[in-house]
Amino acid sequence: MLTILFDGIAYGMLLFVLACGLAVTLGLMNFVNLAHGAFAMAGGYCTVILVNSWGIPFLAALPLAFLSTAILGLAFERTLYIHVYGKSHLDQVLFTIGLVFMSVAAVDYVMGSSQVFVRLPSWLEGQISVLGVGIGRYRLLIIIICGLLTLLLQFILAGTRFGSRLRAAVDDQRVARGLGINVGGVFALTFAFGSGLAGLGGALGAEILGLDPIFPLKYMIYFLIVVTVGGTSSITGPFLASLLLGIGDVAGKYYMPTLGAFVIYSIMILVLIWRPQGLFARGGAR
Amino acid sequence: MTVMLETIALEKRFGGLVAASNVALKVEKGARHALIGPNGAGKTTLINLLTGVLRPTAGRILLDERDITSLKPHSRVKLGIARTFQINQLFADLTPIETVSLAVSERLGCGKDWWRIVGRPRQVSDEVVKILENFRLVDVMHERTAILPYGKQRLLEIAVAVASAPRVLLLDEPAAGVPEDERHMILDIVAGLPPDVTVLLIEHDMDLVFQFAKFISVLVNGVLFVEGSPEAIARDERVRQVYLGEAGHG
Amino acid sequence: MSQQSLGEEVARRLVARASWHPLEILFWAAALASIYVLPGRHLILTEIAILGLFALSLDLILGYAGIVSLGQAAFFGFGAYTAGLLAKHELVSEPLLAMIVSGVAAALLGFVTSFLVLRGSDLTRIMVTLGVALVLREIANRYAWLTGGADGLQGIEINPLLGLYRFDMYGHTAYCYALGVLIVFFLLARRIVHSPFGLSLQSIKGNPLRASAVGIPINGRLVAIYTIAAGYAGIAGALLTQTTAFTSLSVLDFERSADLLLVLIIGGAGYLYGGLIGAILFKLMQDYLASLTPQYWPFWIGLLLVAIVLIGRERITSWTTPIRSLLARLDWRARRAASAVAVEGQGS
Repeated sequence: MLTILFDGIAYGMLLFVLACGLAVTLGLMNFVNLAHGAFAMAGGYCTVILVNSWGIPFLAALPLAFLSTAILGLAFERTLYIHVYGKSHLDQVLFTIGLVFMSVAAVDYVMGSSQVFVRLPSWLEGQISVLGVGIGRYRLLIIIICGLLTLLLQFILAGTRFGSRLRAAVDDQRVARGLGINVGGVFALTFAFGSGLAGLGGALGAEILGLDPIFPLKYMIYFLIVVTVGGTSSITGPFLASLLLGIGDVAGKYYMPTLGAFVIYSIMILVLIWRPQGLFARGGAR
Repeated sequence: MTVMLETIALEKRFGGLVAASNVALKVEKGARHALIGPNGAGKTTLINLLTGVLRPTAGRILLDERDITSLKPHSRVKLGIARTFQINQLFADLTPIETVSLAVSERLGCGKDWWRIVGRPRQVSDEVVKILENFRLVDVMHERTAILPYGKQRLLEIAVAVASAPRVLLLDEPAAGVPEDERHMILDIVAGLPPDVTVLLIEHDMDLVFQFAKFISVLVNGVLFVEGSPEAIARDERVRQVYLGEAGHG
Repeated sequence: MSQQSLGEEVARRLVARASWHPLEILFWAAALASIYVLPGRHLILTEIAILGLFALSLDLILGYAGIVSLGQAAFFGFGAYTAGLLAKHELVSEPLLAMIVSGVAAALLGFVTSFLVLRGSDLTRIMVTLGVALVLREIANRYAWLTGGADGLQGIEINPLLGLYRFDMYGHTAYCYALGVLIVFFLLARRIVHSPFGLSLQSIKGNPLRASAVGIPINGRLVAIYTIAAGYAGIAGALLTQTTAFTSLSVLDFERSADLLLVLIIGGAGYLYGGLIGAILFKLMQDYLASLTPQYWPFWIGLLLVAIVLIGRERITSWTTPIRSLLARLDWRARRAASAVAVEGQGS
């Protein structure tokens, strides 16, 4: 049972790292980026190439995956996304769905449609025993890395100047601009960072979630659920939601195999019924 | 003198902000009742409470002695309350004919008919015509609302409310934004409303208020400050200070 | 002009909104003619008809009532599976009847889930409808003993239509069937859209605040149209199952809902023909692209979506404006009548 809990926590934290970029873009720029999963996929495949084909050590490949996805995100943001910011949510959804379709087909073409695996270093395979409980090494690594990332995010947001600029821009763009904050630059940087995080999540998650060209479609709904349930106005919301989802999903699939997946979908629908405007309403002075 | 519309200890809070506090408004049947007050006094909030757009934090609302506090907006319209909005709320892509026919159809109970074609019951189109004529909208009745001049849109705003044949009509600054030379049309129409219709008017234009009103209530910071006849209000020092004196003299 | 004749003109003008434009008659004449003129293309024409009916369902809720949905596939798939199961287990042996039963079933599902789309922003509705469709797909996946799971529902045999017309492998019966159903339900939709109910939907879409201030019970109307649209989608799904004697989880895929949105946007929402035109264009495009790159054709769909949004939906809509304004200027007849009345009025 503890193993299930542990697995669920690992899964949840992974989801958090994957989804928090989406939460930030939604909360910050009021932009619904359904293509977020595509950046995760990019990070995953990048890692696969780096580790499997170029022989780069796994731990070194992770920051590379982050960087390359962040650059990719920045490029997309400056060239394409920027034209869609002011449009309606429906337009944003259509646009990003289009990007998803394109990325799925492109990756299918380039990398083939079967699932790929990262060649993990041997010291990450198997379990170690902590307090008499068998814990997967890989999952332990995930928890450590994601935990550190969460703390880092919280620190950046609360403790740095960039963080306060970001929070100001979230609260009220016009006022922030009036104060001399380069809102466009903040957005670009944040989008890049969020995409980079997604890429890192994809790199870490390839082993657990399974990496194939339809990854963005398979997991799109999971990210949306994290954002729906957790809200977009803080880090803690999506964090808790991810944990809830991760544990719930793993436990659900183990204990009630026939119902497993419904749990999370139903949670999402229930939350949306209960607070349809609450989770996507823009906070601050409007 | 029967009371047509009444609020009992009506209160509305938005978090810490009190928009309406212990409001006990009584509007008599057939009244020409004006509601005035400085900006932000809560006049539109009160209208929103009366029509059901906002739910009160506390208190009750009675229409002809019937408690309507928990009724949805469209149910209140069916019972006879109609309102205009301070900023035009119209259907941009519909013509005045279509807009007014919506109100008339709903009132006559044929609004949910899915089999008939709009326009078939002659009763509806005849009424629509009558209303459009009263509101000088016949010349633009086939145009899309979005391209109508502002003055005509304002007239349409009132026409739609009147089309519901309300017993109580709530007018929220009907002359707002209307150019000087077109104001008299609004004034004429407000003056020409049937005497058995109870009218509550919110206005900033004091000329309109004193021309129209037989009774004035002054709302300040969500509280009914003072009420009385126009002469009494005009003489009242406190009102002068709080409201009329805002312009800097007095 | 006397008030009497003005009333007549207004009535005539309103009624004329619903009168048949020559282009419409031409469209349907061409559709009927295609039965005889294009006998070799009946298979794809059947697909177009079914997609058109499906798009009609989305147009009703999105184009007229303003409800954004990424989950119409839920009702499409529900109708498809119902028809498949009815046929496979020989519960309702006549296809026409089975189709109606499937449509009613899908409508019931729509009714039950309608409360989910009553409140909330566009984004909420997108998420909720997406969620419902995914739940349904998951259910269909889990209950593989009933639905056949990933392999699809096998062993469906469709009996002759009305006991008389066998479904042949060239798709002749299928096309006449699908086209016939499309025509019937299009006429129904057309009637609904031009009724006071239809006008109230447009007002709800345009300004819900004003709509309720006019006495329109918004929730009731939205539930009604959502239910009807779900029924339409279900019928389209049933037609697909019946004309192909097969159904699988793909009817519940997210891609189906996404493609549908694309179809309606290509053709334009809000005038009933957009879905039909979009269906024709989409299917022809799919046919062409699939012959070039069978596996990667979603790439081009994605590119199209991106391009449409970047160019701007309003600009795309304006390209179809000539058609739409032609269809909208139905009052050419009323104008003639009105000027006749005016002449009369001046004389009296």
